[in-house]
Amino acid sequence: MGGHIVASFDEELGAIDRLIREMGDLAQDMVSSATKSLLDNDVGLAQRVISDDLSMDDKQRQIDERAITLIAKRQPMAQDLRAVVGAIRMASDLERIGDLAKNISKRVNAVGSGVMQRKLSHSIDTMAGLVRAQLAGVIDNYVGRNADALVTLRADDEKIDVHYTAVFRELLTYMMEDPRNITPCTHLLFCAKNLERIGDHATNIAENAYYMMVGKQLPVHRPKIDETSISGDPR
Amino acid sequence: MTNIAKSENTDMNMSSGPFVDVANTPKQQRAPKARVTAQNVNVFYGQKQALFDVCVDVPDRSVIAFIGPSGCGKSTFLRCLNRMNDTIEGCRVEGDIKLDGQDVYDPKIDVVELRARVGMVFQKPNPFPKSIFENVAYGPKIHGLATNKTELEEIVVTSLRKASLFEEVKDRLHEPGTGLSGGQQQRLCIARAIAVSPEVILMDEPCSALDPIATAKIEELIDELRANYTIAIVTHSMQQAARVSQRTAFFHLGLLVEEGPTETIFTAPNDKRTQDYVTGRFG
Repeated sequence: MGGHIVASFDEELGAIDRLIREMGDLAQDMVSSATKSLLDNDVGLAQRVISDDLSMDDKQRQIDERAITLIAKRQPMAQDLRAVVGAIRMASDLERIGDLAKNISKRVNAVGSGVMQRKLSHSIDTMAGLVRAQLAGVIDNYVGRNADALVTLRADDEKIDVHYTAVFRELLTYMMEDPRNITPCTHLLFCAKNLERIGDHATNIAENAYYMMVGKQLPVHRPKIDETSISGDPR
Repeated sequence: MTNIAKSENTDMNMSSGPFVDVANTPKQQRAPKARVTAQNVNVFYGQKQALFDVCVDVPDRSVIAFIGPSGCGKSTFLRCLNRMNDTIEGCRVEGDIKLDGQDVYDPKIDVVELRARVGMVFQKPNPFPKSIFENVAYGPKIHGLATNKTELEEIVVTSLRKASLFEEVKDRLHEPGTGLSGGQQQRLCIARAIAVSPEVILMDEPCSALDPIATAKIEELIDELRANYTIAIVTHSMQQAARVSQRTAFFHLGLLVEEGPTETIFTAPNDKRTQDYVTGRFG
């Protein structure tokens, strides 16, 4: 694609794109740190995630302002219009991811006592890994403008959902085994729910990035994996 | 793209009525029934070829916008539709242009009558140096559309109303048309064009000499007129094309590059040249 006749237009679009990348990097870091802080009972790390969220909110406001100014000044069309509207939407999803990571970190103080038993936290650690990889994949393929990979990633969210159902059942089992597990397991359950929501936001980002690149909406219903139709699905 | 648009229309014309498989055609892609059809139109100014094999249909009771950089042939094409190019020396038009199935370039056709059926509004408002009333009454008079004074008055008032101008000028119908503001003059020209009950109205950059408020009024008017008329508009303002038209055709270097639903052209065009032009990355 050639440069715009008005060079500063490209610069303004570029600045918005840079902010989205920054938010994407920050979101990945926050999700990793948040889960780690909860599982390791690391108060310092939890505090960092909480303060990172302020920076995340600030970047979202910057994107909104820049995008609105750009629309008012330049009346973008076609791919440029999609890029600007897509950026507004993606920034909003990234900001929500930041909030959810912050919520996970806030539990560190609530849980309070020592390092979480490994037995309890093992499966949630795996789930966090899935979510991190999902988010990283979406951000990388947005940056690399790889639309086809985004379609695959969007379908992968189903795996997170399936894993969430498994974590839910597992934690219930621990609670039934020993009532002293109820408090830590409840916190972990909220954490799992937040991770599952982060996966949903990553999916939204993938959909918006795809529309931005291709100009077509992905179908409303993504292909479903059969295993999810388990009775007692907590969602 | 042109061929796709053309074949869709041909299909629809052939199978009018219950046989059109409307259910299986995405709504966005369906072009309404064509009022004007142009096939393989080539235009030459002397040795220089200005249009190459242009195929496009102007759908009934809707607005089609022609966009493209200066010199791309969009105005040339517009002017072919009511044979305004006849007046340009050395201009030669080849191909088929049909209005309701009738060949516009048939030697037997009466050009004056054709231009009554296909009215035109120009870039700069050009009222006659006569009164507001006379400006609108002139066409109906020479075409014998009114049998008496009352009928003529009725046509003038209705046309001024349709052009959203009547309320502003009703107390000074016999003052000169040239005394109106630019936007009012342009609406007077639109009233003059619709006074002879045309089927098609061609507009060649009708707002480029107007301020934003007058432009908004004309755009509003275009939107109202499309209920009764078929409109083709040439515009340099992409926002205007996006606002007023249902279909958009993009011309470049005498070629019709892409024609399709306006939403598609301005949000996700198919051709890279269209994309470059609408986003401002041309050249």
